[in-house]
Amino acid sequence: MIAVYLILLAPLIGIAVLAVQGDPDKSRRYNIIFNAITLICSLWLAVLVLLKGPLLSSGKQLYIDSFNVYLVVLTAFVGFTTALFSSAYMEHEREIGKINLKMLRFYYAAYQSFMFTMFLVLTTNNMGILWVAMEGATLATVLLVSLYRTPEAVEAAWKYFILCGVGIAQALFGTILLYFAAEQAVEIGSGDALLWTTLFENATVLNPGVMNIAFVFLLVGYGTKMGLVPLHNWLPDAHSEGPTPMSAILSGLLLNDALYAVVRSKMLADRALGTALPGYLMMGFGLLSFLVAALLLHHQKDIKRLFSYSSIEHMGLMTFAFGIGSPWATFAALFHMTTHSLTKSAIFVTVGHAAQLAGTQRMDKIRGLINTQPMIGWGLLVGTLAIAGFPPFGVFASEFLILVATMQDYPGLTPLLLIGIGVAFAGLFRHLQPMVFGVVPEGQQAIVANLTPVMVHLALVLWLGLSIPVFLGNWFNQATQLIAGSMPL
Amino acid sequence: MLDELSYYHQAILHLAALITLSSFLMLGQSRLLRLIGVFAAQGFLLSASTALVAQTHDFPHLYISALLSLLLKGLLIPMMLYRLVMRMNLHREMDTVEHPAGVMMGGATLVVFSYYVCLPIVKLSPLMTLNTISVSLAVVLLGMLLMITRRHAVAQVVGFMSIENGLFFAAVVSTMGMPMVVELGIAFDVLVAAVIFGIFFFHIRSSIDSLDVDRLSKLSEVEE
Repeated sequence: MIAVYLILLAPLIGIAVLAVQGDPDKSRRYNIIFNAITLICSLWLAVLVLLKGPLLSSGKQLYIDSFNVYLVVLTAFVGFTTALFSSAYMEHEREIGKINLKMLRFYYAAYQSFMFTMFLVLTTNNMGILWVAMEGATLATVLLVSLYRTPEAVEAAWKYFILCGVGIAQALFGTILLYFAAEQAVEIGSGDALLWTTLFENATVLNPGVMNIAFVFLLVGYGTKMGLVPLHNWLPDAHSEGPTPMSAILSGLLLNDALYAVVRSKMLADRALGTALPGYLMMGFGLLSFLVAALLLHHQKDIKRLFSYSSIEHMGLMTFAFGIGSPWATFAALFHMTTHSLTKSAIFVTVGHAAQLAGTQRMDKIRGLINTQPMIGWGLLVGTLAIAGFPPFGVFASEFLILVATMQDYPGLTPLLLIGIGVAFAGLFRHLQPMVFGVVPEGQQAIVANLTPVMVHLALVLWLGLSIPVFLGNWFNQATQLIAGSMPL
Repeated sequence: MLDELSYYHQAILHLAALITLSSFLMLGQSRLLRLIGVFAAQGFLLSASTALVAQTHDFPHLYISALLSLLLKGLLIPMMLYRLVMRMNLHREMDTVEHPAGVMMGGATLVVFSYYVCLPIVKLSPLMTLNTISVSLAVVLLGMLLMITRRHAVAQVVGFMSIENGLFFAAVVSTMGMPMVVELGIAFDVLVAAVIFGIFFFHIRSSIDSLDVDRLSKLSEVEE
């Protein structure tokens, strides 16, 4: 259990240290060190869970099983690589005068608070604390979205705050109903009534009527945070106006964690209701988000908005797959969570550098990246190929699995998925081609860039596409068993 | 039917009715300072109902919640908003509701809708819980309606906070409060949110020179 405590403690100390640390060089290094500590601890934790099975802390407040442990590792990994990237990126922003030292200090402290809330969401066993941490994640990031203080940034942050705040209030109502249902059941002691493990064991005695309403509220609430259509409006704004490292971790981590919360709620609702209703709801919302976002990709003018819509599209696809609920679909969705998160954060890192290079985020002004700085051009090209689902990258494998799973259970819906993937592909590439290969504008010069995170991420995605390592396959298998009830492999 | 209930139940139902009433008052109130006043009154009602539940059921930890909501929702947040409004010289500003009758009708519909949504719950619990859960859902939805119909940032924040009030009321009367650690967490979140809102007022004002959030319209899908 020490590993879990350390994972939660490191960002907490990080907040305190970085909030008072005025020297930018030191805070840069400390930010990386704190994230490295959590990464090491999360790997240690993963080995523990792999060897010993689920862990429950002595007060029952923290719970680690094969489902959340891999998300912990993923969160720590993306957090670490983004910290590497953000040190170079934020330094550049400071040099060109977009932010001052005070803002920088605030940025690092908020980065660590965000990491803390993310780990708390994943490791807590208490559905109430899960909500608190989720809301905390909004609070930690909202002032980062408005960091640049431009009218657009302030607007984006306001929208993010209001929409997510109202949305997630629904999830709190769902949590209260969950608690209400648990209190009605005599089998559950009132001290444990919000603990996920207790609820899951006794889910069959929870009142179906109440659970039904509770799940709808939880889905809408956490769905807002995940950017499901029609509650997605805040997402492209918040992702495009904040500093790019923020976009990378919002897209790569926050969305995953919101989906995690929905899936945990679905596991309870499935057991309590014994019907397919929660699954259908998720399939419906997921498919709608997937298709709408794919179409909206075509309209974009801002490069970060483009990839934000791509995030909505992929989150929709995952929600859909979790909604199907068969072992194959669940396995595919878990796999897709990993590949999407790695690829998307890599893309945002590249996009950040591309925007710094061109001095704008408008896609019609970004031209000829591959000639000015080949690394950035190639990074963007390969990243977009990967996210659009080209073989041999991991996203292809996971999307293919989702398609196969859909074929098995709902063959009528596969054409819709195929069309959506095609439309999204076209939407991405019509914008990408001129940006990478177009004519270089005059005076465009190479910048200092740190593309190691991109290469590591894309190499991992490539590796996952070629073969899933045995331990990872095991993990996914165990998590699938937990969620769907049986193993696919 | 009412006289079958104990005094405690009757008192809780009255408080629930008063809380809904305060939500409607907020919905129709166009002066910012009065809006904040009604919001503070809602906080007091909330705290009173929490204390009543704590007293009747002998849940000492609910006294802490009552105190928390009194300090936070009844005093601290309204005072903060009041001071901000005075400091930014907004107290003369009106935030007129455009179709008051329509908004009120909409509010009434939302209340009926909340009762309809909560019907499955009545099958397993006494009359009182149905009323309180429906009322709290209604307060949540009315808070949203308030946010939709207003253009002023302060009014939107009041709406946001009254949504929190509705949720808190649901937790107190239907489940005798959440576990203490969750409640403290929620209170902490609300406090941080209030502070961030305060910061935002200044950001918004320095960026559009007003707190009319309708003018925040640079980012939209239909551009140029």
